[in-house]
Amino acid sequence: MSEIALTEIALTLGPVFFHWSPDRLLDFYRRIADEAPIDRVHVGEVVCGKRMPFSDPAWPAVIERLERGGKQVVLATLAAPATVRERRSVEDLCGDERLVEINDVSGLPSRSGKSFITGPFLNVYNEASAKFLIQLGAQTICPPVELSFAAIGAMALKCPGAEFEIFAFGRLPLALSGRCYHARIHGLHKDSCQFTCEQDPDGLSVDTLDDQQFLAVNGVQTLSNQVQAFCPAPDALVSKGVRRLRLSPQTCDMVEVARIYRRLADGKEEPEDARFALSCLDLPGTLVDGYAHAKPGWHVTAPA
Amino acid sequence: MTTTRMELVCPAGTPATLRAAVQAGADAVYCGFRDETNARNFPGLNFSRDELAEGVRFAHDHGSKVLVAINTFARVDDVDIWKKAVDMAAESGADAIIAADFAVLDHVARNHKQIRLHLSVQAAAATPEAIGFYAAQFGIRRVVLPRVLSLQEIAALNRAIDVETEAFVFGGLCVMIEGRCYLSSYATGKSPNLNGVCSPPEMVSYDEEPSGTAARLSGFTIDRYGRGQPVGYPTLCKGRFKAGEKTSHLFEDPVSLNAGGMISGLKAAGVTALKIEGRQRGKGYVSEVVRAFRKAVDAVEEGGEAVDVDRLLAGQSEGARQTAGAYEKKWR
Repeated sequence: MSEIALTEIALTLGPVFFHWSPDRLLDFYRRIADEAPIDRVHVGEVVCGKRMPFSDPAWPAVIERLERGGKQVVLATLAAPATVRERRSVEDLCGDERLVEINDVSGLPSRSGKSFITGPFLNVYNEASAKFLIQLGAQTICPPVELSFAAIGAMALKCPGAEFEIFAFGRLPLALSGRCYHARIHGLHKDSCQFTCEQDPDGLSVDTLDDQQFLAVNGVQTLSNQVQAFCPAPDALVSKGVRRLRLSPQTCDMVEVARIYRRLADGKEEPEDARFALSCLDLPGTLVDGYAHAKPGWHVTAPA
Repeated sequence: MTTTRMELVCPAGTPATLRAAVQAGADAVYCGFRDETNARNFPGLNFSRDELAEGVRFAHDHGSKVLVAINTFARVDDVDIWKKAVDMAAESGADAIIAADFAVLDHVARNHKQIRLHLSVQAAAATPEAIGFYAAQFGIRRVVLPRVLSLQEIAALNRAIDVETEAFVFGGLCVMIEGRCYLSSYATGKSPNLNGVCSPPEMVSYDEEPSGTAARLSGFTIDRYGRGQPVGYPTLCKGRFKAGEKTSHLFEDPVSLNAGGMISGLKAAGVTALKIEGRQRGKGYVSEVVRAFRKAVDAVEEGGEAVDVDRLLAGQSEGARQTAGAYEKKWR
């Protein structure tokens, strides 16, 4: 491998967590395909299987467009499959020739022996668990968001067999439930939810009784209200063996987010300048990076 | 329909509670070591190596089993702490280890084939594929079911898998899928998966203000109580929040699980063991709850009417409301 390849930091666009309409998905990925300096794009519904009949028709065109734009497409799978239909979708996607993102152990039997990526919903907390998954076929590991950069780096250095990725941008996925909070807020039942989550394309803000911004809900998912903006210097990433930054879609200008991170990863922009540039975008919450620094997730700790 | 009697699995936070649970009729007790390897890592709780060995002797003398929970996720570079906990549990003569992390499960499967392996609720295995994977890879004999499944879903699951299932019937209720919730670390830096704690007491404050008491976690207001109102513990997911112009117990009301009325339904669904939550509880509480559930399970097993668990537990509800949780589909 050349010197350049050894120091290169790649960018991943994670799956969209929110219930976006097929038109919105097509428009979003068309711009990503044409303009975003991202090499790998994860597509597919990961949060709620009930949304799949709406988004499924959009994916073939999205995938075709992204691949034509030179992106590597990864098929992301459900984080909590439950129904027969949801389980079958995980199994079908895991049979695909493309790379898949596994977000639940349910996907492992049908994917073992073939390459896969573990998403942030799969609990990989230490080098022994990472090695177990690598031996099954994991080639990229994006650990849960609560793990620090130091912990991910320590894992990466002990597991040369896989590439490690850190959740760098977007509202943080914090919890999943069997209960749908959008339905609950609207006095509905999950089984007849009326898809009110579609009204909140960045998630619905959850504030405390004292109006502190705190969390956001997205159907069965709870996210941070604040937006993760981990902006490490590229040599810090290289020295820790972390080779990928994951950017998680929000409704802000994700092409611009990708350009900022590309400049940061190429050493063309300082971390503080990258953070400032991100803060100028139309974001659903303020910037945080506590988790990466082994602090509470909502903390703002600045330099990497 | 299972033909064997259902097993009653009871919490033991201390050696005294272990003895109390056994004497009250527990078929099995579960406990953990006094460190971050178990999901109830609270001050003053849990067992040393010697206490566990003594507890196992006591339980076995009385015909009860001991299950050891080593069910947090091992820390990078410190996996040996978790492996040593497994080795100590095996040496103590315990009957099973309850684990969630691939690293811990793999260590048990490779080095302690003689001990039963139970998959912790923290692994959140809810499908035949996931449970089948853990069975094939590690030889798990039982799965503790995530608290998000309905009775119908549990019955369907049991028809599709070859391992035993254990279901929670009483105690604290996580509304999030356990093992996949990072809310506590987002607010406080400490979480169930990493530290074995949720909404830790050292981050709690009760602030007296003109309008009453604010219960806060790491500075975030989780709930607020008027003067003279009983003040609750600020567990993050049981708080009141504002969302969509509404103020409500958005995630879950401050309720606890009581599926005492569902014992026969759980038996019909093929469940092998019923679990009572509460390793943080004292021996008086544990004795009373175990005795009540012993009577209820025995009544169901003898084919009679289920005894009224609510009436038996009247002294333990502490005024808090109870729910049958996800076992009833309307919970969702």
